[in-house]
Amino acid sequence: MTILRVHNLGKAYKQYFSHWARLAEWCLPSSRPRYHIHWALQNVNFEIDPGQAMGIVGMNGAGKSTLLKIIAGTTQPTTGSIEMKGRVAALLELGMGFHPDFTGRQNVTMAAQLFGFSVHEIQDLLPEIEAFAEIGDYIDQPVRTYSSGMQMRLAFSVATAKRPDLLIVDEALAVGDSYFQQKSFSRIRKFREEGTTLLLVSHDVGAILSICDRVALLHAGTMVKEGDPEEAIDFYRALLAEQDIGLIRQERQAHGKVQTISGRGEMIVSDIRLLDSNGLPIEAVEAGTRVTLEIRSRVNRPVPEVVAGFMIKDRLGQIMYGINSDRLRQPIEHLAAGDELVCRFQFAMNLGKGNYSVATALSRRDSHVTDNYEWRDGGFIFSVLNTKKPDFVGTVSLDAALEVQRISENQINP
Amino acid sequence: MVNAQMKAIWSYRGFIWGSVQREFQSRYRNSLLGSVWAVLTPLATILIYTLIFSRLMQVRLPGMNDTLAYSIYLCAGILTWGLFAEIIGRCQTVFLENANMIKKLTFPRICLPVIVVLNAGVNFLIIFGLFLCFLVLVGRFPGWVILALPPILIVQIALAIGLGIVLGIMNVFFRDVGQFVGIVLQFWFWFTPIVYPASVLPEYVQPWFRLNPMVSVVAAYQSILLYGQWPQWSTLIPVLITAIVVCLLAVGLYRRRAGEMVDEI
Repeated sequence: MTILRVHNLGKAYKQYFSHWARLAEWCLPSSRPRYHIHWALQNVNFEIDPGQAMGIVGMNGAGKSTLLKIIAGTTQPTTGSIEMKGRVAALLELGMGFHPDFTGRQNVTMAAQLFGFSVHEIQDLLPEIEAFAEIGDYIDQPVRTYSSGMQMRLAFSVATAKRPDLLIVDEALAVGDSYFQQKSFSRIRKFREEGTTLLLVSHDVGAILSICDRVALLHAGTMVKEGDPEEAIDFYRALLAEQDIGLIRQERQAHGKVQTISGRGEMIVSDIRLLDSNGLPIEAVEAGTRVTLEIRSRVNRPVPEVVAGFMIKDRLGQIMYGINSDRLRQPIEHLAAGDELVCRFQFAMNLGKGNYSVATALSRRDSHVTDNYEWRDGGFIFSVLNTKKPDFVGTVSLDAALEVQRISENQINP
Repeated sequence: MVNAQMKAIWSYRGFIWGSVQREFQSRYRNSLLGSVWAVLTPLATILIYTLIFSRLMQVRLPGMNDTLAYSIYLCAGILTWGLFAEIIGRCQTVFLENANMIKKLTFPRICLPVIVVLNAGVNFLIIFGLFLCFLVLVGRFPGWVILALPPILIVQIALAIGLGIVLGIMNVFFRDVGQFVGIVLQFWFWFTPIVYPASVLPEYVQPWFRLNPMVSVVAAYQSILLYGQWPQWSTLIPVLITAIVVCLLAVGLYRRRAGEMVDEI
């Protein structure tokens, strides 16, 4: 069973040559086109099952908001179709249609009416909305006296007063204090457990990775990647660095993980190894031990300078740590074609138990957005074990010590 | 299509009614007298027309001896024209004014003109109610003939809605429409015998006047309210036909352009 089926969706905007061209098109029937067609979205296909969460990522202008607007029903598609079951709630812009001179309560009623609720339903929902927004007596004050955070709280509470079957969120949660952000995310999580499908657009890759079980990557109006979140996000990160989609490729490796490689190829990483204190290659590391990360790369074309770096990411793709030769003040310059560069980073593996992946970067500058020689995500996978240290939770080993002092009545007054 | 629109309007009746209330309240929200202003403003309008024209200027209609006749003649035309002009004027900007809502929220767009019409209707009811009270006070209430008013009003409102929606949609694509309508409405007002009686016009313009549907509508109001006579129904049939044609045009245009509209505002 699918709750949302998007088939061959496309959206084209007409760009008329002039204002008169449109008038001419309306009045004079002629086959001569009087406009350019600009495709904001083309050939998008996907299906979502109830309870799934899909993240949509992409650069500005990739078509994310257009896609959400079409699904939410505010814009009509030019081609293709959408089949949907159940009620949709879209948090495209919170607080839209709030009138500054009316009280919070009156605005809530209005907003709920705009969502198509009946007066009766609204009466039932009001106390709930009020309680969730936690704005106290302000509910009976005009909205113009509200802070933007309070408006957002109220707007979110109304929009999610009833569990929708499909919830569309477009970065709306970026406002509000962290307390309310937590609260709204837990409401969204609860909805998901009860079967709500979530469609989330965000530039916050961390938020996407922690919530979504599928990610779609839009680029220039087409869906270039759809599926496993980590894979899609790696591709997205590579895209952010590279801009040119033709230079990005993904390879499935023997261990099932996908490696994403992008860059112009002046240099390429030939081998990544993790070595223990005896210099032997390992794939599992004891938490807290010292290791060496060895990155060997080959120079294909001469490069004037290179910054070599790495990042360690957890299983959700969140970055644990990253450093490069520039930040470690070790300039590497004038490499000739055929040279081999070996970088050995030494550090203590102060991470919690779990699986991690290594991303490597070879670029001309500290920021790999300029002159990216090679960017490689998921190039090496390793796991951290913890058999020696106390069994802590989390991803960072802080080596806590404990001192217990017991204070009781008879000790203070002997 | 029309059926679906009607259903949409019905299921959003809460929103529509709420918006009408809200717009009415918001006008007087931060004033001390509140909705008293809703009565005071039209009252002032009526008083000005009656006092200035009947007492100070002593204007008399040809063939009528009393000084109030011209005031009633004037009000009958101006108040109903006001309703007509308000609906057209507000409808033609309604999509542009609510651009944000249209772009960000999903709801039947047709609700917006409906809200405009209801708001104009509320304003009209207040001022017209006052006017009827005034007629009773001065002993000039027309009697049963008043029952002829609602059907004429309905025809007039239908014409206004049709024109308003057509212009409102066109205005989204061609912003010139907004400017143009302002000018046209002024001409239209002065080419309709509202301030002056039709009889003062020379013979050769009379046939041209029949092309203006508002002439017979306003004449009907004047005949009811001033002379206490039933209107000449036959003169209203062309108006009815015009109204139906314009409304069909509006439905057709709405159906073809409503989707495209969102991309343009």
